[in-house]
Amino acid sequence: MLVAAFTWAELAQQLAAGIREGAIYAGLALAIVIIYRTTRVINFAQGEMATFTTFIAWSLMNHGLSFWTAFPVVLAIAFAGGVAIERVVLRPVENAPVLTIVIVTLGLALLLNGLMSVIWGGANRQFHGPFSTRTIDVGGVPISVQDIGIVAVSVGLVVLLALFFRFTKLGLALRAAAVNPESSRLVGIRVGWMLALGWGIAAVLGAVAGMMIAPVVFLDPNMMQTILLYAFAAAVLGGLDSPIGAVVGGILLGVTITLLGRYVGFIGSTLKLPAALMLILVLLLVRPGGLFGRVAVRRV
Amino acid sequence: MILELHNVEARYGPVKALHGISLRVGEGELVAVLGANGAGKTTTLRAVSGTVRRSGDVVFAGKKLSRRPEATARAGIAHVPEGRGTFSELSVWENLRLGGYTRRGNVKHEARRVFEFFPQLESRLDQQAGTLSGGEQQMLALGRAMMARPKLLLLDEPSLGLAPIVVTVIFEALEHMKGGDGMSVLVVEQNASLALAHATRAYVLEVGKVVVEGTGDELRTNESVRRSYLGY
Amino acid sequence: MRSRLWLELSGFTLLALAVAALPRFISDFRARELAIVGMYFIALIGLSILTGYSGQISLGHGAFMAIGGYTTAVLSVNGVYGHQIRDLWTIPIAGVIAGLAGLLVGVPALRLSGLYLALITFGIAVSFPQLPKKFDHFLGGTTGKILDLAKPPFGLATTPNNWMYYLTWGIALVLLGAAWLLVRGKTGRALKAIRDSEVAAASSGVKLATYKTLAFGISAFYAGVAGSLYAIANAYVNPDVFPIILSVYLVVGLAVGGLESLVGLIAGAGLIYFLQNHADTVARWINQLPALNLDPKQPGIPSMIFGVVLIVVMLLLPTGAGGVARRLFGSLTTRFYTRS
Repeated sequence: MLVAAFTWAELAQQLAAGIREGAIYAGLALAIVIIYRTTRVINFAQGEMATFTTFIAWSLMNHGLSFWTAFPVVLAIAFAGGVAIERVVLRPVENAPVLTIVIVTLGLALLLNGLMSVIWGGANRQFHGPFSTRTIDVGGVPISVQDIGIVAVSVGLVVLLALFFRFTKLGLALRAAAVNPESSRLVGIRVGWMLALGWGIAAVLGAVAGMMIAPVVFLDPNMMQTILLYAFAAAVLGGLDSPIGAVVGGILLGVTITLLGRYVGFIGSTLKLPAALMLILVLLLVRPGGLFGRVAVRRV
Repeated sequence: MILELHNVEARYGPVKALHGISLRVGEGELVAVLGANGAGKTTTLRAVSGTVRRSGDVVFAGKKLSRRPEATARAGIAHVPEGRGTFSELSVWENLRLGGYTRRGNVKHEARRVFEFFPQLESRLDQQAGTLSGGEQQMLALGRAMMARPKLLLLDEPSLGLAPIVVTVIFEALEHMKGGDGMSVLVVEQNASLALAHATRAYVLEVGKVVVEGTGDELRTNESVRRSYLGY
Repeated sequence: MRSRLWLELSGFTLLALAVAALPRFISDFRARELAIVGMYFIALIGLSILTGYSGQISLGHGAFMAIGGYTTAVLSVNGVYGHQIRDLWTIPIAGVIAGLAGLLVGVPALRLSGLYLALITFGIAVSFPQLPKKFDHFLGGTTGKILDLAKPPFGLATTPNNWMYYLTWGIALVLLGAAWLLVRGKTGRALKAIRDSEVAAASSGVKLATYKTLAFGISAFYAGVAGSLYAIANAYVNPDVFPIILSVYLVVGLAVGGLESLVGLIAGAGLIYFLQNHADTVARWINQLPALNLDPKQPGIPSMIFGVVLIVVMLLLPTGAGGVARRLFGSLTTRFYTRS
């Protein structure tokens, strides 16, 4: 197996690239975890929801809006869309078996994917992000402004979200509704709306991830398909229950996969995805709750 | 009258648990519901707070009461259910904040009052509620309910599994609340002598029906109640 | 119970007769279409054993079909030690190889509950297409491998399409019968017990590990056979022949067909084929609605319609077509698994 020539500068560069990838995974993984925590549902449509909102951003920018003007508009649309999806599509199956709900979110993914092709066509599109692709020198390592921007936006979002959950009344109510819906109703929390709110927040997180990754890859309806898998892997890695786990898992996965792809010749760029799969499979067998999650005990 | 039930029925799936209950709670009253296991005491409370499907009229503060628990909570009813209904994953302070969820603005003032009654809680604000002792959890449950400044408190078996000294603290707090704030209490209690000692009035349920009602003193001297529930 | 047995036996016989007689009444092209429906049917029977009977979710059955298809391609094009194998004989081998892969997945699946299993199998579906790209001299990369055109063996005087039809449906009937025997017998009871409550099943002496892994293996065997037939009918394989979305389509077919109704699955298989290949027709139907004007040739339409069908079916009739039929004929309670 041929390993390419090694330099420290390149390792640093690869690490930076891994962290940037990881930041995207973390964003989407966080969205998955928030929906899982509030509704115990894995949202297979998370990727498509993100891509859909990115297309909306693309359209707005095509009509002359700048990225940062379009950004809040898109987030608002994403939030409303997420809430609407929960109310209309998920609400009726709230108490259904897990398989039914999985199938419904798959249906949602198919529907959104088809809708994107119908509205915007299947072709790849260039998405002009807010950050320059110029590289700057950080302690002797060339890193692109875009990478720094992506990481900064993702970190900022995570911090905001943490503050929201920790210090606001609504954030507290969301957490309460997730851990104990019956008692939440007794203190006057409208639990149904909290679930919808969870979907809204998740949709916003997805939209940000989509708008951050689109300038790096190309925008097309399947843009998020593999990224979603990495995000699932990141969420499972950190423990499906743990928001911190999702962020740590995302960064860890991004870095691991980037380094494996670069330095293990056999894996290269084609086997990154199977490698990620093997990684979480092994982890699940060793630590079924993920790195930060709690293990549900099966009672006999 | 703060609360009136007219011929209320409730069922769990196909099983009918209440066969037409009528009862009243006046303002500032502490009304006890007594009865054997399965008589429908807990279900009566749940029918009021909307945590079980019910039919029949429930009038609260002059208005027809909603059947959804979040709406009854907003109307001013605090229900401390069986198993206390605290959020064991969340901290003590978070539990108290959630208790005041329906109140606007700062809840510091309500919290002060809770700590006056239950000083133990104040020293454990950051502790996870699930790690409290049974007595402290019951205090937290009551504190959580007080945070909402309810007009009516529904209390399910507050003395269950607690040391007598804790029970005394809890019932003293109840007396204070109804005296000071004009809050009414509807309490279900296995310990009939304890309940009757504090109750203004009481109802005795048997298989989902009210069989005896009267003031605390009347019931204490009632022959059959004495034999069945007081044991002397 | 006896009357039910007779009902099922006569149903099976009727189905067999219909299958045998049908080519007399339809064109060669329709026979080809029905052959492909038959392949989806076979894959769905397998999926139904796994999901409907043992309660395990797989969002990766497209990958098992791909394993079957690639096995057939490799055996009949590369051959074994330069000795090419006739396509017909690769079918059982393809099934066995896919089945072994299924057993391999079934082992870790034992320790994964519903959602995790869905995630992992979804991961298999998404990452499988990378393998042909990686091992491109062996598996043909993105361009794929070209197989010989299917032709009837033993000099049978029939068209290739009719031959594929008879071959597929012959195998489908045999495998349907096998599945029927399986779910009626001890294994079926064990699987259902596991689905309804693992704890209760284990306490009554059902070997959880054995049966759950077995279900995965059997189910993957069915998918492998289906994939093999698909490769033969297509005469080529590449990653796009077994796209990621195929796994999801199979779940759609299962959901529509009803989770534990073996015959209802024919409807599910038909739907998978129809929506993929006749989406333009559906688009024209939809255009009848006021204020809609879809381009029938739009590539996104099948996916959109699949999505809508899936959501509507789940919201309105969560037991699928088979479940509805069963309720109409009033036999057997339709149980559904509970959330773990």
